[in-house]
Amino acid sequence: MEALGSLIHGFGVLADPMNIAYMFIGITLGVLIGVLPGLGGANGVAILLPLTFSMSPTSAIIMLSCIYWGALFGGAITSVLFNIPGEPWSVATTFDGHPMAQKGHAGEALTAAFTSSFFGAFVAVLLITFLAPVIAGFALRFGPAEFFAVQLLTFCSFVGMGSESPFKVLSAMMLGFALAAVGLDSVTGELRMTFGSVELLRGFDFLIAVIGLFGIGEILLTMEEGLAFKGKSAKINAKVVWETWKSLPRYWVTAIRGSIVGCWMGITPGGATPASFMSYGLAKRFSRNRQNFGNGEVEGVVAPETAAHAAGTSALLPMLTLGIPGSPTAAVLLGGLLIWGLQPGPLLFVEQKEFVWGLIASMYLGNIAGLIVVLTTVPVFASILRIPFSIIAPVIVVICAVGAYTVHNAFLDIVMMLVFGVVGYVFKKLSYPLAPLVLALVLGDMAESSFRQAMLVSQGDLAIFWSNPLVGGIVTLALAMLFWPLISTLLRKRQSRQDGGTHAIPVK
Amino acid sequence: MKDVQRPRCARKTPFDSFTFKKTHGRRPHRGSIAGGTALAGALGLLLLPNAANAWEPTKSVEFVVPAGTGGGADQMARMIQGIIQKNNLMAQPIVVINKSGGAGAEGFLDVKSSNRNPHKIIITLSNLFTTPLATGVPFSWKDMTPVAMLALDNFVLWVNTEAPQKSAKEFVEAAKEGGANRFKMGGTGSKQEDQIITAAIEQSAGVTFTYVPYKGGGDVAAQLVGNHINSSVNNPIEAVSQWRAGALRPLCVFDKERIPLKEPVADGKSWNSIPTCKESGLDVEYTMLRGIFMGPGVTPDQIAYYVDLFKKVRETDEWKDFMAKGAFNVSFKTGDEFKTWLAAAETQHKTLMDKAGFTKQ
Repeated sequence: MEALGSLIHGFGVLADPMNIAYMFIGITLGVLIGVLPGLGGANGVAILLPLTFSMSPTSAIIMLSCIYWGALFGGAITSVLFNIPGEPWSVATTFDGHPMAQKGHAGEALTAAFTSSFFGAFVAVLLITFLAPVIAGFALRFGPAEFFAVQLLTFCSFVGMGSESPFKVLSAMMLGFALAAVGLDSVTGELRMTFGSVELLRGFDFLIAVIGLFGIGEILLTMEEGLAFKGKSAKINAKVVWETWKSLPRYWVTAIRGSIVGCWMGITPGGATPASFMSYGLAKRFSRNRQNFGNGEVEGVVAPETAAHAAGTSALLPMLTLGIPGSPTAAVLLGGLLIWGLQPGPLLFVEQKEFVWGLIASMYLGNIAGLIVVLTTVPVFASILRIPFSIIAPVIVVICAVGAYTVHNAFLDIVMMLVFGVVGYVFKKLSYPLAPLVLALVLGDMAESSFRQAMLVSQGDLAIFWSNPLVGGIVTLALAMLFWPLISTLLRKRQSRQDGGTHAIPVK
Repeated sequence: MKDVQRPRCARKTPFDSFTFKKTHGRRPHRGSIAGGTALAGALGLLLLPNAANAWEPTKSVEFVVPAGTGGGADQMARMIQGIIQKNNLMAQPIVVINKSGGAGAEGFLDVKSSNRNPHKIIITLSNLFTTPLATGVPFSWKDMTPVAMLALDNFVLWVNTEAPQKSAKEFVEAAKEGGANRFKMGGTGSKQEDQIITAAIEQSAGVTFTYVPYKGGGDVAAQLVGNHINSSVNNPIEAVSQWRAGALRPLCVFDKERIPLKEPVADGKSWNSIPTCKESGLDVEYTMLRGIFMGPGVTPDQIAYYVDLFKKVRETDEWKDFMAKGAFNVSFKTGDEFKTWLAAAETQHKTLMDKAGFTKQ
């Protein structure tokens, strides 16, 4: 109940009209940042950080965190419309969101995405409000072995459920791991596979690969198929929002599962991107409509969006209570706290009550404001698909190029984006899956360093992954996930003595 | 390492009151540039009557950070950007750009190749010395133009409060008794400042640690609180909140002298009550440079402009507050004095890294 009292006090802080104004400015900027690929939440917040210098810390964090909420919402827009993930965490949204748009259901897909985002965020904020101290303590139990276990679980819940041949899944994943290895090796501090090139020092950025593979690749495909968007018949009246809402309660299991996955990944902290992949993987595995995943299934939009937004929101908890950033954007906000003269850490909740509860209250209001802003724009965004392809395609390519350049201010990244575009096109033509490549690229780096840190800590003993119930439980769960299709096939065979038609899974 | 968390703050030292030495001539220099900046100059003059510089930026200034967003260098750069904007210290905008590739090599190579470009400055961390040695990427501070030392980042030896060791001496003994590699030292990045201090402790005290590299200083502090590692050499600002919450205990500070901040921080103790490592029997000294450099070939007037700018930044209350929060060593050096310091620091890094086998052959 103490939390409730503090929260009401927090809403009192928000009553200042200036704070409400900052909130709406932040949300709007955030949606724009989310729409532009490349200019991610982290970059956007970093650029605006010095501007907040003369505001009070509370107003500043309200505005900056609202940019973050806005970016979380906005990332879905281009994913659905053009197959271009505006943010890394909306990659999984493209898998079903874009096929929906192609079928003329862009409005439904956007509404589902925004509503699920809101739901995920709301669950996470409730968690922060009432369970912050408990959860903060839990996050401290995560050492390198536990981090690796969580990353392994992400891989295992995603791998081996596609209809593609295991060989193709493995090839795509291995290519992703190889690309992730380029650049500085964070454990030895030495350069790997840079071949003396200054440009390769940066390694291959996940964002650039994604803009190319999905965005440019999609445009190449569309060009081949007749220079027109599919799905331009999208309904663009406001009724679509109500109609979609009526159908959404059906997916409550997926939404709750997505929120749990997201909160867990945000706190541990694994981040929003892995959370969205894991949630999508789980939804696909356990859904009754799993055959339809990848062809425009609403559930395939709900799952990653709830998880991404829940993770993005709960990532602020370890930032506030422990000073560990749960996501790149949280890392920048953390820097902001120090610049405004606040000390993140266990005492922040005690010493800066007004700041912390103002922020938490703004999470409630900010997300509601965000939902209103984005839902009212659904018809507008959906109608973009009616613009002739020959006009909008060059615009998209330019925006992609600007986005790719923004990531590191490097010209070579634009070239890289185009190369990835061709790779994406070839992959589609040869029906190689892109998702394993992208997942390996985003998680490969993290999983590698966690694994090697764990090996350093244990002096090379693999038993560290079963050294306590927490890590042992996660690893066992991961392995069960990996072998589940195999196990279930065997079980079914034994039961019915018939051929279980399920495909085999790739085993790493 | 891409996301090195390194804050640092302030304290008062004799350097605080600097003198305005007119080492560099401030005669009007290039007619064209002077003309182009007439308006900007006039504005500057209105606000700051003493700032009669011969050179002023004529377009926006790029402020390169050779580390990722959210780290200590990035925080400081954005802090400086904020101070400059808020106090109108410069007529042209200043833009922070992160070039973190290859442990910062990307940023340094960019500045190294920006010959005679006065609109690009870079803030350094220890990777100015460590990256070329560890990776073999060819650059050194001599390839750039040193402008000023803004501050020195302190390092403190921390253990979990549940650990029995109360002093650096006890810590070293416990590490010795525990046997080789049994104590785990966490740090930011690999073959960078944290691991170099670890190596220096090993060399000086005859112990061996297992060094575990993490991504950022905040992670390291949390790992220490969670008892996943035995010790860290976190910067004050990265661990201070855990100290105040009673989770971490500082054993000694790696600067030459104690931190002069006497206000109580935690448990009635101040930064000043932490002994130096040397006085507690661990003969290791290390601080990390927060300095500003420009590309090669810039004119003395251009250097003088930035020296002057950063002097003004250092005089602001925001900067002083930031320095105090992070218990920085607020030494300020320019010109030859700075170059002498740099040469000594380079030798120190080379010796330590050669001995530890971190240098790329």
